[in-house]
Amino acid sequence: MQSLSNRAKILEKKPMTLAERAYLPAIFQGLSITMRHFFSKKATIRYPEETRPFSPIFRGLHVLKRDEQGRERCTACGLCAVACPAEAITMVAGERKKGEEGLYREEKYAVSYEVNMLRCIFCGLCEEACPKAAVYLQADKMAPPRFERDEFIYGKDRLVEPVSPDARSQRGIQLTPEQAQALFNKMTQQAV
Amino acid sequence: MELPALGWQALVILVVFGVSLLIATYSTYAERVIAAFLQDRVGPDRAGPFGLLQPLADAVKLFTKEEFFPAGSNRALFVFGPCLAMVTALMASAVIPFGNYLQFGSTIIWLQGIEVNIGMLYIFGVVSLGVYGIMIGGWASNNKFSLLGAIRAASQNISYELAMGMALIAVLMVSETLSLRQITLQQSVPGEWYFWNVVKQPLGFIIFIVCAFAETNRTPFDLPECETELVGGYHTEYSSMKMGLYLFAEYINVFVASAVMSVLYFGGFNFPFQYELQAWLAESQGAVTAHNIITGLGVVTIFAKIFSFIFFFMWVRWTLPRFRYDQLMRLGWTILIPLAIFNILLTGGLILFNVIPQVPKWWLLQ
Repeated sequence: MQSLSNRAKILEKKPMTLAERAYLPAIFQGLSITMRHFFSKKATIRYPEETRPFSPIFRGLHVLKRDEQGRERCTACGLCAVACPAEAITMVAGERKKGEEGLYREEKYAVSYEVNMLRCIFCGLCEEACPKAAVYLQADKMAPPRFERDEFIYGKDRLVEPVSPDARSQRGIQLTPEQAQALFNKMTQQAV
Repeated sequence: MELPALGWQALVILVVFGVSLLIATYSTYAERVIAAFLQDRVGPDRAGPFGLLQPLADAVKLFTKEEFFPAGSNRALFVFGPCLAMVTALMASAVIPFGNYLQFGSTIIWLQGIEVNIGMLYIFGVVSLGVYGIMIGGWASNNKFSLLGAIRAASQNISYELAMGMALIAVLMVSETLSLRQITLQQSVPGEWYFWNVVKQPLGFIIFIVCAFAETNRTPFDLPECETELVGGYHTEYSSMKMGLYLFAEYINVFVASAVMSVLYFGGFNFPFQYELQAWLAESQGAVTAHNIITGLGVVTIFAKIFSFIFFFMWVRWTLPRFRYDQLMRLGWTILIPLAIFNILLTGGLILFNVIPQVPKWWLLQ
């Protein structure tokens, strides 16, 4: 039969030579190959201690951002929930009361905001849809494994950015250390 | 032999027993780490530093597993099988000389479980019994795959014992004794280190090591187990520590086979230039202390040799695929046995024409 690719090799079934029949040369060849691998660099990453470097455009766990004065940016407009192809986001909107101006930036805010991490496909469409630059997918955090399904529904307690600058994600709106310190002082005064 | 000497001997036997078990325990760990390294992985490293507690974790796991008895199995034989495999594996290490003697005042401690003048026959007898453990276990399981594995094990061991015994006969022709300690001592004539039997018997050593692989049911001759064809072979129905005993017995067999090869072919506890070193030490330390130091180094030497062989066993395991059954039988009966017979004839001829260096008579008479 004519070869179509001209790459076919014709194999002859020759009788084995004495060296081939004695097995030993082939065995030593094999042993040398495995010994080379014994000293080669290991592919293993010891996970909890070592992690693979994340890509700078990795889309990981969501975060709800605060603005420069530490107020929640989210206004509970629901555009992220509409944009979400996996329908992972639910929220309940509420009206800001007097005296809460330091907590919420807009007059309307999200009383609850939940993302179901089992439904979420981490596409980032919520991030694109948000008009207030409030929701971001962090490049350096993943949703960790858990034992119960309901633990994968992240509420505001786990989504809203912490006030302390050290614990913040490196992506999205950033505060300078001075801003963060000023914010921290302000928040502690309010609490008192 | 008065009582203190017997006490020391009992202690040595206890230590040899413990060391066999310890080495078998850590062989499981070494196997996994070496397998991992040969496959570009790092192996178990979670339990303890570098995963050194992994064998303990495995033991705990095995002990807490369900004790399962298959329906229609012979319960007594089902328990007896792994016990026999373990006992025979452990008994074999009794006659291996792990070192020369230590001398403290008038007390002399021989670093060997028991010295018998038929040590080699004893090892062969005990190791041959090991196949009964596999055979009984496979038979008592009341399972076709177990029985097939057991039959394979039996026929394989019988086939390869022949070639192994014949390779050994050539060694015995050279050394003219069955005592393992005598064979060891003959391999170190003062001033000459090339008296190791592997130099005199290269072909015999190759035959012996191939047969040792088959006798210990290690890859490429692990047909009794062959996970892919026989779902585990003779220990298909075994669970819990009974399974553990079978796995353990295999590693003890590997240890014993490595020790026997070190003693028979690689000079046992002898190492090059030991007599020069002993003479140099004797000048500053005195003859007795020098001898004790050399004996200690000899123990280190034989264990280094044993560990190299254990490493080689594992290295081969993760390199070569398994033989097909007809290939196994053809290799055993049509290649190794004729080769071994040829080796006997060759050795006989070489001894007759004084080509093989003879151990000097003055050294033999010691």
